[in-house]
Amino acid sequence: MDFFSNTVALTRMQFALTAIFHMLWPVLTTGMSIYLVIMEGLWIKTRQPNYYYHVRFWSRLFLLNFGIGVATGLPLEFQFGTNWGPFSEAVGDFFGSVLGFEASMAFMLEAGFLGIMMFGWGRVSPLIHYFATIMVAFGANLSIFWIVSANSWLQTPTGGDMLNGKFVVSDYFEAILNPFMINSVIHMFLATLETSLFLIGGISAWYILKQRHQAFFSLSLRIAIATAIAVAPLQIYLGHLSAEQVAKYQPTKLAAMESKWESSPAGQPADWSLLAIPDEANNRNSWELTVPNGLGYILEFRKNLTVPVPGLNEWARDDRPKMVGLVYYSFRIMIGIGFLLVGVMLWSALQWYRGKLSPTEIGSQKWLLRAWVFAAPLGYIAIESGWIVRCVGRQPWVLYGKIRTADGVSNLPASNVLTTLILFTLVYSILLITTLYFASKIIGEGPNLELPLPGLDGQFVINTEPGELVPDRRPVEAQQ
Amino acid sequence: MEALLHFLPEVWFVILGLFLFLYVILDGFDLGVGILSLTSSDEERRSILMTSLGNIWDANETWLVVMAGALFGAFPLAYGTILTALYMPIFIMIFGLIFRAVAFEFREHSTNKLLWNYAFGIGSFIAALGQGFALGSVIEGITVDVNGHFIGSTWDWLDWRSLLVALTLIQGYVLIGSTYLILKTEGELQKIHFRTAKIAAITTFIGAVLITIVTPIVYEAARTRLFSAPLVYIFATIPILGVLLIWLLIRSIDREEERTPFVWTLLIFLLSFIGLGSIVFPYVIPTQITIYQAAASPSALVFMLTFVGVLIPIMLFYNIYNYIVFRGKVVTTIQGK
Ligand code: HDD
Ligand code: HEM
Ligand code: HEM
Repeated sequence: MDFFSNTVALTRMQFALTAIFHMLWPVLTTGMSIYLVIMEGLWIKTRQPNYYYHVRFWSRLFLLNFGIGVATGLPLEFQFGTNWGPFSEAVGDFFGSVLGFEASMAFMLEAGFLGIMMFGWGRVSPLIHYFATIMVAFGANLSIFWIVSANSWLQTPTGGDMLNGKFVVSDYFEAILNPFMINSVIHMFLATLETSLFLIGGISAWYILKQRHQAFFSLSLRIAIATAIAVAPLQIYLGHLSAEQVAKYQPTKLAAMESKWESSPAGQPADWSLLAIPDEANNRNSWELTVPNGLGYILEFRKNLTVPVPGLNEWARDDRPKMVGLVYYSFRIMIGIGFLLVGVMLWSALQWYRGKLSPTEIGSQKWLLRAWVFAAPLGYIAIESGWIVRCVGRQPWVLYGKIRTADGVSNLPASNVLTTLILFTLVYSILLITTLYFASKIIGEGPNLELPLPGLDGQFVINTEPGELVPDRRPVEAQQ
Repeated sequence: MEALLHFLPEVWFVILGLFLFLYVILDGFDLGVGILSLTSSDEERRSILMTSLGNIWDANETWLVVMAGALFGAFPLAYGTILTALYMPIFIMIFGLIFRAVAFEFREHSTNKLLWNYAFGIGSFIAALGQGFALGSVIEGITVDVNGHFIGSTWDWLDWRSLLVALTLIQGYVLIGSTYLILKTEGELQKIHFRTAKIAAITTFIGAVLITIVTPIVYEAARTRLFSAPLVYIFATIPILGVLLIWLLIRSIDREEERTPFVWTLLIFLLSFIGLGSIVFPYVIPTQITIYQAAASPSALVFMLTFVGVLIPIMLFYNIYNYIVFRGKVVTTIQGK
């Protein structure tokens, strides 16, 4: 078949697969680490054991997730060299530097303090431990900043220009602060936070439904709800800002997101398509359900457009994204989930306001709890959809408007790429299944409420005895 | 300006050398411990081996990511060309590292510990093998056109010389892994690692001797460079120092000293590194593309230097702190759940 001997197609497929798979893990690393910072802070402040047990329980899931995140990040980094050689050579000045910053500022910070955060209980004082937790959270979220800034630059490459096939940077700060950067970083930051909150809330709701540790988990559920009240609506607003910036800078992507074939001139209203069946062969939608005059209200909060919105037919077939349906539906899935999560949040807030979420009554809120369990994985789906919109919608460019994807691919025999693609598919399937299995095992075991509490006042002094006299008393078998 | 154009790539050459060196010694002992765990038939020993790494393997591996990121930013051409040329060994390494990494997390929760011990051991072995082949092929040279783009074929990396380098590197990792375990274990276990350290010291030595002999014989380009001043002096001193260090190492192992074997091993690695570095310099793709040709624009090099350069001491500081917190022997008290 054509596909199996086409290096470009295989390379894109491999990048997509590895990126989509990697994306599953940093979500908790970044989002849940913030939650752990909150919990550990509450513990240090109030000294209530329950907060401490929460930290210990959730960090088991955190650590499991972390290892896979690291393992799956490596192939992404190396693929830029192995599979995207010409692309790397052309954009190394900026893109490479930023990846270097990400590694040395963010990853190193995270990795350097993770050991203390996970195994340091009892070895360092609670305050130093708390510092380590904060550093892990800070490092993880810093990596969002750098990688999303790098990716935003692929969408809106500013701060320099192409010269002899290479991107020459004239102003690095302009490149970092490219037009997409700020909104995208915040949208991504809130995405990981929101997803983690709904996952934590969902797992807590599951325990409450199962009548296990109800009082204990109503605490985490309420913290999740309280935070989600701020996060979920804000996320919709940032999504809106993201759509506006796409409309302004990437008209081909916007047209694909809306499956819009014909242009709409300024000064007139335009319909917004709610559902459609795109027919790429004939450059039209074969069926469509629209909201009359909707587009103007969505993009500009008014009926008539002031800026024209071009349709896909404005461009030659090779200058605009393919797979319009994928982009179109991924976009709608993300929006749908965004509103659904706000719905769950509002419902919970209402019940809380009516006093129904106290530890004793929460168990009777069966349907609300079920909604939380149902919502647990939705954030992940929204995130993957959002990235598909962003990366597939950017096509046919890898550096928007400057370098075509096909020109960025290393000149490798297709069989090489096919081999690694097959291996990735196999290994990642095994990883996903195994991780889900072990995660459900951790959840099945539940929290350990008998761990000794580390003393808060036994002020820690850096031990000055010779190293040999300080036995490493980490129990060998898992004893979190 | 002319001087700056030369100076900046040289600074980055040294920084990259530093990152690579840190990676090779730090993840080197991780991988070495992993390979050693394959020789163990006893669950308790394997537990100790893995526990001794639990808090640091991630930080150690991150030096590889830092190195790759810095290479990408400082020498984009080399990043694209070398990694494309080494497609297979790189992915061999990556898959090895994936298995190594997940084994840590999965073993923790699994009842079938043996399975994940194998994932850990075999993963470490495969990763080391991939790295060895990659190193061997870079020294041998990569086929490129005038623009520095790879024009060789898929299997260029595989021949007996790169195999020799790969096997020697694995021995080196086992050596540094053993001496690390001498530090971290006690009693019977420590005795085992004195033995493995000695065997590995000898096999590493043999490998190093072979490589030193083979390199100038097989490669004409290397020969003319090595036997003319100033390299000839370096090339003459390094073997002498190397033999001296190996002798000191074996003596300290025989005397069952605890710390010195690790220190001598570090120095042996450092010496090989300096040797390699001075043979490779000023090339990044020996002997065809120099660091000056492959370097990113001066502004990019300055930009990176201001951010990454400042961070190097900070990174070293908290990494060292991590070792201080977890210093001392690993003792087991195998506890059921
Ligand atoms: C929990 C996750 C989540 C939720 C609920 C939403 N998004 Fe989103 N969205 C993401 C997670 C995300 C993301 C995965 O984080 C993306 C991909 C790239 C990025 O920076 O953010 C993204 C990208 C993204 C883009 C593409 C930007 C580009 O291509 O450059 C747009 C237009 C939107 N979002 C719009 C929305 C709207 C209108 C939403 C709600 C009504 C919404 N998002 C909810
Ligand atoms: C923020 C870091 C990211 C960067 C720098 C990045 C960069 C790239 C690059 C270079 C390509 C290959 C060229 C191309 O096909 O356009 C690509 C493709 C792709 N990426 Fe991203 N990506 C990032 C994150 C993600 C994430 C997190 C996902 C998914 C969850 C994702 C999904 C995809 C998909 C589906 C493709 C294939 C598109 C196609 O070829 O049609 N990306 N991305
Ligand atoms: C939006 C997309 C991305 C986000 C938010 C993200 C975030 C993170 C985070 C937080 C980690 C730490 C480990 C973990 O999470 O479990 C990580 C690991 C990693 N990521 Fe990603 N990443 C993204 C995409 C990419 C891309 C495109 C690359 C390729 C350059 C990449 C390369 C890596 C590497 C190499 C690691 C391992 C670092 C280590 O050894 O500690 N990531 N990523």
